[in-house]
Amino acid sequence: MATSAEAVQIIKPATPPLDERSKYLRKLVVRTLEGGERGHVGSSMSLIEIMRVLYDDVLRYRPKEPQWRDRDRMILSKGHGCIALYVMLADKGFFPLDALDTFCRRDSILGGHPEAGKVPGVEASTGALGHGLSISVGVALAVRMQKRDSRVIVVLGDGEIDEGSVWEAAMCAAKHHLSNLTAVIDYNKVQSAGPTREIQDLEPLADKWRAFNFTTVEVDGHDVEALRAVFHSLPLVQDRPTAIICHTVKGKGIRFAENDANWHHKSKINKDVVAKLYGALEE
Amino acid sequence: MRQTCLNMVYDLAKRDERVVFAGSDLSPGLLADMKREMPDRWYMEGITEQNLIGMTAGLAKEGYIPYANTIATFITRRCYEQVAVDLCLHDLPVRLIGNGGGLVYAPLGPTHLAIEDIAIMRALPNMTVTCVCDAREMVRLMNATLDWPHPIYIRLAKGGDPVVSREELGFAIGKAIPMRRARSRRSAVLMSTGVMTTNSLAAADLLVKDGIDTSVVHFHTIKPLDKETALDFARDAELVVTVEEGIRIGGFGSAITDVLVEHLGTAAPKVKRLGLPDEFPHNYGLQDDLFDIYGLMPNQIAASVVRRCK
Repeated sequence: MATSAEAVQIIKPATPPLDERSKYLRKLVVRTLEGGERGHVGSSMSLIEIMRVLYDDVLRYRPKEPQWRDRDRMILSKGHGCIALYVMLADKGFFPLDALDTFCRRDSILGGHPEAGKVPGVEASTGALGHGLSISVGVALAVRMQKRDSRVIVVLGDGEIDEGSVWEAAMCAAKHHLSNLTAVIDYNKVQSAGPTREIQDLEPLADKWRAFNFTTVEVDGHDVEALRAVFHSLPLVQDRPTAIICHTVKGKGIRFAENDANWHHKSKINKDVVAKLYGALEE
Repeated sequence: MRQTCLNMVYDLAKRDERVVFAGSDLSPGLLADMKREMPDRWYMEGITEQNLIGMTAGLAKEGYIPYANTIATFITRRCYEQVAVDLCLHDLPVRLIGNGGGLVYAPLGPTHLAIEDIAIMRALPNMTVTCVCDAREMVRLMNATLDWPHPIYIRLAKGGDPVVSREELGFAIGKAIPMRRARSRRSAVLMSTGVMTTNSLAAADLLVKDGIDTSVVHFHTIKPLDKETALDFARDAELVVTVEEGIRIGGFGSAITDVLVEHLGTAAPKVKRLGLPDEFPHNYGLQDDLFDIYGLMPNQIAASVVRRCK
């Protein structure tokens, strides 16, 4: 049964055009791709507004004190979307922007998947999918045991939630009434091999999360105002974890890459490709 | 041994607020006192080993020392990637307590036999692998786990195992214990782990009648392996026999032979590794029945030594 919070669905019919900040962050993604000559393009672009709103408006953190005990914890479970996280962390001063140019280089701190202990601000080493929600359950239990008010946000990919471990963790989170835990699903509807509806259909996705006793809302994942409104309402219901299904576009902002599984990851990003990517962001 | 191990979790939890217990669908009433006295540090989760490991990783990340417990096969095989990534890559102090290591669950068949747990756990960077021989030694191990900064696999034996360990010989993670020293350095050496140390000591007694003076070195820690003690006993030995309750591929005997080959080269003594061949056991019965099938009973261990000493 839908709760009153779930009835207040904050979805706008059309995504507003990208503003300058969203374009700026996407340019940093392209800069990072250029540095590494490779990377998960579509998987990072769909995350930008989610990451932006979390780090601009929602999360409590100290860039110069990344292990501050009372910080909110943000775990990027879809580790392959790490460029979106890296650009936010660099933008906020966790490490210098120049580090983006070293992406995937031999001695870089920034690998193709994020590593805790190596990258300031990265909470957990992810990349193997289906791990982040379980780790977040443990973190949420721990901060509750320690009577701290830190929130735990875990961002999952849609392809990622094919993994059975995600649903083990979901049952556990609900059992423990982890209202300090929020699962954010980047529902861009395209996984590595193609559309999720063809590879492994997730629908009815919101009903699944509700069935697992998460208070569940859906939102346009590129609508900054809508995202702010949802995140500022957390927890939507006391004593229950929250799931926010963000409807997003794979490759958002790069017209020729949008909704195209071929742009999930690119391993040969040369100067011509970089120029095309920058060009698309100026359109 | 299992009960002692769990009692120690409770004991450690009383001493240290960082200690948390997390089980996966274990017996009703398990650690009932701990549950009653410290309910926020006692978790009994469903049959969700992958989640259990990730959850304990999250707890450890925030400063807790979780002791996770279920059947050995399930806490190693079922959630291997979580153990590798969530625990070992992050190098978190989670303790994995595996019930029924080796051939304990003989009547339950191969799905429940943890035959390769030592091999797959020791392959993981940052993982510590332990296999004590009796309940008294389990107490000493558990005391040592509290401040060990890495993940630990704790392999449990059947329970009610004869006590052969001796407190006066000391205990430190990563330090092997010579349980019996031959009078002559030119002798046979049995190197064993877990309850195979009990069988090896009994084998050494039998070998006296054959005139073979035998040392027994107990490795309660398989990783990090005590290379110095292994080399010290192997250097002048005529024969080294390793004894383990698990497959030989990648197991304890492999760890020992790696050290001997690397450090002694062609000067290494003859080595025989006793353990399971590259197969799933096909029989049921009791643990001792499978020991018998695989040549791990004391008289069989002794016979292996005799054959190679002649």
